[in-house]
Amino acid sequence: MAKVLMKGNEAIALAAVKGGCDAFFGYPITPQNEVPEYLSKYMNEHGKVFVQAESEVAAINMVYGAAGAGARVLTSSSSPGIALKQEGITYIAGAQLPCVICSVMRGGPGLGSIQPSQGDYNQATRGGGNGDYHVICFAPETIQETIDTMKEAFDIADYYRNPVMILVDGLIGQMMESVDFDRPVKHRFLPPKDWAATGTKNHPGKRNVINSLYLEPKELEAHNNMLAKKYALVTQNETRYEMINMEDPDYVIVAYGTMSRVARSTIEILKEKKLNVGIIRPISLWPFPKIAFDEIGKNCKGLLVTEMSMGQMIQDVQISNRGRLPIAFYGRSGGIVPEPEELAEAVMNFEKWRVE
Amino acid sequence: MELEMKYQKTKGLTDNPLSYCPGCTHGIIHKLVAESLEELGVLDHTVGIASVGCSVFSYQFFNADMEQAAHGRACAVATGVKRIHPDNVVFTYQGDGDLASIGIAETIHAANRGENITVIFVNNAIYGMTGGQMAPTSLIGQKTTTSQSGRNVLQHGNPIKISEMFQHIDGVAYLERVSVFNPKQVRNAKKAIKKAFQYQIEKKGFTMVEILSTCPVNWGKTPVDALKWVEESMVPVFPLQLFKDSGVSHE
Ligand SMILES: Cc1ncc(C[n+]2csc(CCOP(=O)(O)OP(=O)(O)O)c2C)c(N)n1
Ligand code: SF4
Ligand SMILES: [Mg+2]
Repeated sequence: MAKVLMKGNEAIALAAVKGGCDAFFGYPITPQNEVPEYLSKYMNEHGKVFVQAESEVAAINMVYGAAGAGARVLTSSSSPGIALKQEGITYIAGAQLPCVICSVMRGGPGLGSIQPSQGDYNQATRGGGNGDYHVICFAPETIQETIDTMKEAFDIADYYRNPVMILVDGLIGQMMESVDFDRPVKHRFLPPKDWAATGTKNHPGKRNVINSLYLEPKELEAHNNMLAKKYALVTQNETRYEMINMEDPDYVIVAYGTMSRVARSTIEILKEKKLNVGIIRPISLWPFPKIAFDEIGKNCKGLLVTEMSMGQMIQDVQISNRGRLPIAFYGRSGGIVPEPEELAEAVMNFEKWRVE
Repeated sequence: MELEMKYQKTKGLTDNPLSYCPGCTHGIIHKLVAESLEELGVLDHTVGIASVGCSVFSYQFFNADMEQAAHGRACAVATGVKRIHPDNVVFTYQGDGDLASIGIAETIHAANRGENITVIFVNNAIYGMTGGQMAPTSLIGQKTTTSQSGRNVLQHGNPIKISEMFQHIDGVAYLERVSVFNPKQVRNAKKAIKKAFQYQIEKKGFTMVEILSTCPVNWGKTPVDALKWVEESMVPVFPLQLFKDSGVSHE
């Protein structure tokens, strides 16, 4: 397939199919509606499963059921909808089921707005479900990267038997870019899903049970220890980030998704002003690329964190920085995307935006 | 003369000891569901959905693949399984708190989609698992730990009649309310459960059997008095009745 011009949300849908998605369950919400709209047609035409659920709560529990039955399952939503899915997500993580969740962020809190936002960083990386669990979360910055990540996401989910979230803001969902669906992605060796609830005739002599309940304290602790080991392995293997212009920078901007694209323009503006600025671009938000912050050159005078929110990723940056460099924050919310010039101003007036 | 085996424990149940209180009819209902699946020869391609309530451990009891669902979400989980494996027999086993309160949306919409699953709805007019709180199906005047002077209409409305509501949903292929308070009722209940599964196998649509059940512990009654209470107090509010049978009307 040659390059095609495609809208972000539709690209997400098609990339999921290319990644082997068997089933989609979701509930309409702006700004991600093109994902279910595209899939409603595609899945029906290709003999796959599409259900418009009665709510996000139902949708994520359909995901639980289908993933437990061995399928590759996708759900997609936006901020208030992802909030409703949190209960299901912790059950999915607790029962060690693979699935892919697409989150297209809009403004909050509450009903907020339908404009793009990055206000769900905490929702994605901390989650609102109960217990000790993590969702593997990737935040691509272009539609192409979104496609490549989505195509790999089902493999990653299956490999670790854990939910994977693709987190983009409404801008990536709504804009159009020229993209290629045939770029090679890494495939993993995946054992057969011999744990899935498909009927005992498929695995004679053994009853498969999908479950997250462990009433015996020692059993639950052992389960949590096992999950913690898995999360350590994920941290070791799946931490992703990009270092941009990081040779001895005067300042470093820390940004993901749409904001890292804005920052790319900002560093060009600042080059003309003889200021050498690098970018640390976290791609995996959980696990967060802490190690990237150990590679910053000695002459760096500070980290400017920028987000389309009031500041959420900044906490992970503070943890990763370990008090070494001054940190400033520049963010806009409500659906406003900072201009590159605005961000350049913020770097030049670092002290004004300094938080620590 | 050789001895002939006339009756034995159904292969539909595992050897795990049931976790139910003495005199609780959850156990009888388990047996009826398990026997039906065995007799229909579908145990090896059945996936059951355990809900949250006293039957939460039913995934240890039914001798089939099982998925344990979040409170109220059993019908959504069942939908997910069934859409992936349309030829599997998929059933949920849910209490009245699970189905009629927190999970009513999931249940109504699964029914309305005509989801080809079987719902075993165990109505004991109380939240057994959590220690006897009021359920949406608790009777007027019924004393529970959260309606200590008896449920009153003004504060909590009337007991919700699920089968009466669901009979109007087009996707429902079979719907009957039964009970297990005496041997005759147990036999009726078995017939209804088996028929519901039979309809599912024939891909007729959503099937549900509401079963009036006891909770002697939280009702503060002996097992025998509890059975009597079902007959004398619950049945007048929740009449035993065949609400819908698409098989009959199509024939
Ligand atoms: C989200 C959520 N809310 C509340 C509970 C606590 N809870 C467990 S069982 C139950 C009620 C079960 O009652 P019912 O469905 O009638 O089943 P029974 O125990 O009577 O058979 C409740 C409220 C829970 N587990 N999850
Ligand atoms: S609490 Fe009630 S419903 Fe639960 S097992 Fe005991 S008697 Fe049965
Ligand atoms: Mg109950």
